[in-house]
Amino acid sequence: MSKTIIEFKELGFQYRAQANPTLYNINLKIEKGEKILIAGPSGCGKSTMASLINGLIPFSYKGTITGSLLIKGTESRKMSLFDISHIVGTVLQDSDAQFVGMTVAEDLAFALENDCIPQDRMKSRIHEIADILKLSTVLRHAPSELSGGQKQRVSVGGVMASDVDLFLFDEPLANLDPKTGKQAIELIDDLQKRTGAAVIIIEHRIEDVLHRPVDRIVLMNEGRIVSDTSPDELLSSKMLSECGVREPLYLTALKYAGVEIDPAIHPSSLENLALCDQHKEKVRHFFIDNHESRDKSSPEKLLEVRDLSFTYEKTNQKTLNDISVSIGKGEMIAIVGTNGAGKSTFSKVICGMETEDSGQILFDGSDFSALSIKERAEHVGYVMQNPNQMISNVMIFDEVAMGLRLRGVPEDEVKPRVEKALEICGLYKMRNWPISALSYGQKKRVTICSILVLEPEMMILDEPTAGQDYRNYTRIMEFLKSLNERGITIVMITHDMHLMLEYADRSIVFSDGRIIADMSCAEVLTNKDIVDRASLKETSLYHLAGSCGISDGTGFVQSFIYYERDNVRRHE
Amino acid sequence: MNNLFNYIEKESPIHGLTGATKLVCLLLWSLAAMTTYDTRLLVVLAIFGIALFPVGKIGVKDISFMLWFTLVFLVLNTVLVYLFSPHHGTEIYGTCTYLFGLSGHFAPTAEQLFFQLNYILKYFATIPFVLLFVCTTNPSEFAASLNKIGVSYSVSYSVALALRYIPDIQKQYHEISQASQARGVELSKKASLMKRLKSASAILVPLILSSMDRIEIISNAMELRCFGKNKKRTWYMAQKFKPLDYISIVVCALLLVVSLTLTYINGSRFYNPFIR
Repeated sequence: MSKTIIEFKELGFQYRAQANPTLYNINLKIEKGEKILIAGPSGCGKSTMASLINGLIPFSYKGTITGSLLIKGTESRKMSLFDISHIVGTVLQDSDAQFVGMTVAEDLAFALENDCIPQDRMKSRIHEIADILKLSTVLRHAPSELSGGQKQRVSVGGVMASDVDLFLFDEPLANLDPKTGKQAIELIDDLQKRTGAAVIIIEHRIEDVLHRPVDRIVLMNEGRIVSDTSPDELLSSKMLSECGVREPLYLTALKYAGVEIDPAIHPSSLENLALCDQHKEKVRHFFIDNHESRDKSSPEKLLEVRDLSFTYEKTNQKTLNDISVSIGKGEMIAIVGTNGAGKSTFSKVICGMETEDSGQILFDGSDFSALSIKERAEHVGYVMQNPNQMISNVMIFDEVAMGLRLRGVPEDEVKPRVEKALEICGLYKMRNWPISALSYGQKKRVTICSILVLEPEMMILDEPTAGQDYRNYTRIMEFLKSLNERGITIVMITHDMHLMLEYADRSIVFSDGRIIADMSCAEVLTNKDIVDRASLKETSLYHLAGSCGISDGTGFVQSFIYYERDNVRRHE
Repeated sequence: MNNLFNYIEKESPIHGLTGATKLVCLLLWSLAAMTTYDTRLLVVLAIFGIALFPVGKIGVKDISFMLWFTLVFLVLNTVLVYLFSPHHGTEIYGTCTYLFGLSGHFAPTAEQLFFQLNYILKYFATIPFVLLFVCTTNPSEFAASLNKIGVSYSVSYSVALALRYIPDIQKQYHEISQASQARGVELSKKASLMKRLKSASAILVPLILSSMDRIEIISNAMELRCFGKNKKRTWYMAQKFKPLDYISIVVCALLLVVSLTLTYINGSRFYNPFIR
């Protein structure tokens, strides 16, 4: 009895403002020392599960609960939010937004302060935690001065300070680059081993979470638990694709090669994958069948940048150092690199939002520097990561029309142009809707549409798919691809390796204000040095190639990309 | 762009004072400067206040934005006072000494100029101290101090949080304004004032919406970590009073006493050099 920390019994939940329940008949038991992954597409109810476990439901979000939820044997509705938070420690999704303290030390101490722990005991406890998490040197720093990995460690430290029985991680990977994400998963694993507490990870990126083993995966869809089993069992079933959750890429490759996935080959771990010779032979065959070198036609140059440098005024830091690069007409490329490497600055300088110190920007052969930010926007459109930062009208039509109206285009011309843009973006039917009625993905579409209406030749998108599940990711990316097929050059700033592999023709890699690589995505993601400097992760396909005895790992990745583009995505 | 309110971390005797001390000193100092129009005391306060900047290791460039803002406001204010009541000085001091051989409604009088000099001195006596307070007081320590002098901790903490988020919001404002300019929103001086005001709303809407999202997240994060559980809380940043704290408070209290005494001796808030 005392070993069970969380027990759902026939639990159902309906938010007050919604017509239908979000959760139905949930039965789930979590015991001390277990490590569980709760996965599922957006809207499947996994975040609602998190809110139930940490007490935000019913204390902050109201609704009707049926059935029962026991936390350490007590009905959760009879406990206070504070009782629960001594048992369940939650690390929220957005580590940036959840910082409460001015400095790292204060943030770590926050829960202790609220528990009235005397200052001297508090300080010694904070130093202890900072030692464990390697944060001692940054205790006096502001959270905004930290790297992504350090931020994640601070948010973990904040819940570690009060001894909890269960750690709940709500989408811990959402805002991290691949390398930091990998470290976060290792940190969670260490944390569990050290404390012996139970761990629940809520995440839809299964491959990344499985970097370290989990005991069970609870798969949710449409408010129900559809599977609760070991990772090996789940990955051998068809459940993931039925629910629209992405399976690990190496398994996709194995399937393309005709290898049957079953629990005996340990599909949950790339390192312990037990492939027999027959399987390896199939993978090698797949490689040989699909190996081809395709001509890279070099298209006409659209944007050409020569020796571009930029110094950030406030800090006097040189964020761009003699950048020279060209982007061809009709290309679809990815810009990658760590935060602060210069990707965003580069885009802003191109769009005229910041002014370069020196260098040349040529667009379609003519000098771009004389044009204002507004004039450049008619050639290069910039879409920010968070659509909420771009939307300033109530109605969809007005939002899309805004750019035209501000340019003094007569209203009888505005209407057909906006309608055409809405048509392309699949928003025509919703043109008279208020924007507040849209989902995040649809809002993103509206912002893209509002740029598209100005008919730019090129679009720069900052993290177009951040925080999106597989289904939305595919929708947004297929949409961008269709725009690309209409002749618009697409430049995407991203951390997402799947996006690079599946949609980008080429990657430009930034590091410390310089371009360190400009080559195909397969080459980038199989080059250990570049991967490391750009804070990416080597793709699992590369390891798979290695373990199947294929020496040309890069070629294997390229074959996989060609195969997928020709045979799979085409039919979707 | 300089930050509006910015705590600048440095090691100095003023930084070393507790937030509570600085807050009490600020209140005493402002009261002292507010009650009196005595030129002599105002000059002392202005010089003393400005002299504290090197002690607190705060340079002119750290506060340049606020300084400009204040100066512009000061000039505007001075001009307006003169335009609207050019004889306020003569009413106060009871004499009327025309200067430069001019006379009439808008002609300058020695009394008016002296009054306006005092008015300007008042700015110089208070503003530097306020700026110094803002630059040398850590918001969390400030919250701890507010709590110490009796303000409830949830109010204290919201003040600290608001201070902490100002730089973030400025950054966001900057980003949003860049994106809207690309869409054609005109913020430069080319556009008329009406147009620019309208444009500003195109930036404020997204700014408010995205700030609302953040408020929800932060309040959840705080509750999940037991904020509001007890009637009291302890503070990591709280500091104990040191001798210098007591000395500072006593000095500021004395300034207030001097100010009140002068008012009593002068018989009014004004020091009047025109009656011999």
